[in-house]
Amino acid sequence: MDTSNQAASSAKVAGAKRRRKLPTEANIALILLGIALVFEIAGWIVRGESFLLNPDRLLIIILQVSIVGLIAIGVTQVIITGGIDLSSGSVLALSAMVAASLAQDSDNARALFPALTDLPMIVPLMAGLLVGALAGVINGSLIAMTGIPPFIATLGMMVSARGLARAYSNGQPISLLSEHYTWIGSGATPVIIFLGTALIFHVALRHTRYGKFTYAIGANLQAARLSGINVNRHIIVVYSIAGLLAGLAGVISSARVASGQAGMGVGYELDAISAVVIGGTSLTGGVGRIGGTVIGMIILGVMMSGFTFLGVDSVYQEIVKGAIIVTAVGTDMYRQRKRKKV
Amino acid sequence: MTESYLIEVVRVSKSFPGVLALDEVDLRIRPGTVHALMGENGAGKSTLMKIIAGVLAPDTGAIRVNGSSVKFNSPRDALDAGIAMIHQELNLMPHMTVAENIWIRREPLRGMGLLIDHAEMVRMTQHLFRRLNVDLDPDEEVGNLTIANRQIVEIAKAVSFNSDVLIMDEPTSALTEREVMHLFSIIKDLKSHGVGVIYITHKMDEVFSISDEVSILRDGRFIANHVCADIDRDSLIREMVGRNIDELFPKETVSIGEEILLIENLSLRGVFTDVSLALRRGEILGLGGLLGAGRSSVAKALFGVTPATSGRIFVRGRQTIIDSPATALRCGMAFVTEDRKETGCFLSLSVLENMEIAVLHSRYTEWGLVTQNALTAECERLRQALRIKVTHLHECIQNLSGGNQQKVLLGRWLLTDPGILILDEPTRGIDVGAKAEIHRLISTLAAAGVGVILISSEMAELLGMCDRIIVMHEGRMTGTLERSEADQLNIMRLASGERRAN
Repeated sequence: MDTSNQAASSAKVAGAKRRRKLPTEANIALILLGIALVFEIAGWIVRGESFLLNPDRLLIIILQVSIVGLIAIGVTQVIITGGIDLSSGSVLALSAMVAASLAQDSDNARALFPALTDLPMIVPLMAGLLVGALAGVINGSLIAMTGIPPFIATLGMMVSARGLARAYSNGQPISLLSEHYTWIGSGATPVIIFLGTALIFHVALRHTRYGKFTYAIGANLQAARLSGINVNRHIIVVYSIAGLLAGLAGVISSARVASGQAGMGVGYELDAISAVVIGGTSLTGGVGRIGGTVIGMIILGVMMSGFTFLGVDSVYQEIVKGAIIVTAVGTDMYRQRKRKKV
Repeated sequence: MTESYLIEVVRVSKSFPGVLALDEVDLRIRPGTVHALMGENGAGKSTLMKIIAGVLAPDTGAIRVNGSSVKFNSPRDALDAGIAMIHQELNLMPHMTVAENIWIRREPLRGMGLLIDHAEMVRMTQHLFRRLNVDLDPDEEVGNLTIANRQIVEIAKAVSFNSDVLIMDEPTSALTEREVMHLFSIIKDLKSHGVGVIYITHKMDEVFSISDEVSILRDGRFIANHVCADIDRDSLIREMVGRNIDELFPKETVSIGEEILLIENLSLRGVFTDVSLALRRGEILGLGGLLGAGRSSVAKALFGVTPATSGRIFVRGRQTIIDSPATALRCGMAFVTEDRKETGCFLSLSVLENMEIAVLHSRYTEWGLVTQNALTAECERLRQALRIKVTHLHECIQNLSGGNQQKVLLGRWLLTDPGILILDEPTRGIDVGAKAEIHRLISTLAAAGVGVILISSEMAELLGMCDRIIVMHEGRMTGTLERSEADQLNIMRLASGERRAN
């Protein structure tokens, strides 16, 4: 009787667990659906037309979030290790500047590097990625080697990279970029790059050694080290990937507007972190998925687009966005407390 | 009800997922007595005390204080009812002074209740210390005190509540003999003031020298209550263990092979000095000693966690510099640490993710992708072999009992097929059943040719499992005992610093 009772209760625990296991992403998708439906209904009431049944709008929603989404994919991995990256917006700007300076047309009389015009598209692309990755290596090395908290290390990079971006062309925008280059940011290309990158890192996190070590470091740094993981090297790699993706976002940004500007990407890091947190990644590390981040990103996109569609002032959009971020973190804390109590 | 009790625990039960920690347990404390509570690790002593102190709520059953039923929602309720607990892990704030720690949230005030009356607080502390015959500076920062003195501050704090019942959870584990004597005189003084003391301990001597009554728990059940004068040591042990020692430590006799690990004069400045030992295939080598003797530090140095500052390590005859756990892993070593939660488990991850992490360095990767199906199958096989009680491998490890978590960690290392296995307190805080299983597993591994270094503070475990026992004291080896010559007394002598004649 005693044992059967125990078995029953443990089965119940397992059942509850499995039910919770499946939905980490499904839950967030449901929230997305709920928000979309609210806008759909409000749309019919306020404007007498559908919000969702408009393919153009749906594409624009994803297009709008693609650039920040790329950043968020990197930030997800950083946050899973228990860190944070505040530098992505500035790194984006710096990469955009460097890439743009190597992508100028030769018929531009005021090219930044007149000798380096009409280069094949691969050159500015690689330069942008390299600048991003380099910033990431510096972030990661500072954090892994010196023990400076990630918040401070990346805050420093956030300020310095922005300054560098301004200094690079004396504050002048770099424009008149070659058509080969602007293709990267045109049409649906950014969406394809965003979703492709998301898929790659989804696989990397779930099915490779790299991913498994990333989760382990976030879940328990000491135990990870004792399991033979070279924790310092891994942390540097994770921040470098985050930097690389910010660099990629910079390339796409500059290609999209055919110009590199030092003021690009201000505040993107916060939007990215918001999407990551809304997507169910825990700020304490060890928990999180790329799929969740993609959905979290789309939630932000739907809200922006929805409020605009309804004609709500952008000031109110920000108020609501803030509330959603706090709610998401609050839910995470509640979930953890519940887990600890068991 | 003819007799009066300070506190009565009546048929209290408490369960955690997968474990019934307490099963209708009774406990009655008379005023002016010391009541020893004994039982093996995992018997439910700490859980019971946490319930009495209001940290945990019982599932069923009642607690009566001075005859009336009470329900504690927090440790504060228990304190208000006159029950104070001195925790095993000390709960003092190191950056605050002794006086501030004792009177926190009860500071004497002045200036219309806006300012803390520091002078009065120091005076109150001195008064309290005089009564307890303690010689400590109330203005000293707690962080500067020795562990023993911190313990005294904890006790003084508990006494300062004028509690009727004082719970002490293994208060002497970090104390020297003189400090223990001091503690005992404090306890006797409290007794004479009518205070009831619940005293949790593993040490037989203490039970017979300080307590009036003893209650025994085993596997979460109440076994017996005796007046100390009416019971002897052996029957007490029998009631605690509930079986013979032989059954508990199923040591197989195995043929011991060639040397696989040799350490020469290993030292870590300020921690341990000149440790030399040899480990052979199939051998279980025990490391004995008191807490803080440096045993865990030797293990950490061997595994490259905090590498030694001098000395040489030979693995299978080849001199090796082990500068990180990654290197140790490549040398075929495995290390199960003493602190499961801090340095072992990934608490937010599943059983599978906890198990597979170490083997991924060397196997189960093809074209950059983890061959998850093969790996999962292997983990599942191991789960059955180790009899890990879990419904499926995707369960979060946090929901497992200590014994099962420990088996998962053992599984993590067994997957790597180690030649040298270092176990630091592998059965601490684990229930008796799982403990026997882990012992059996260690034996089987040794029989299969693994060299095992076993660190344990439990005398019976060392004596039952090991082929040889090396004893350490304050960072130095004080002697080596063969299985045939080792006994409790020998080990204690060496552990307390007496050097071996030969």
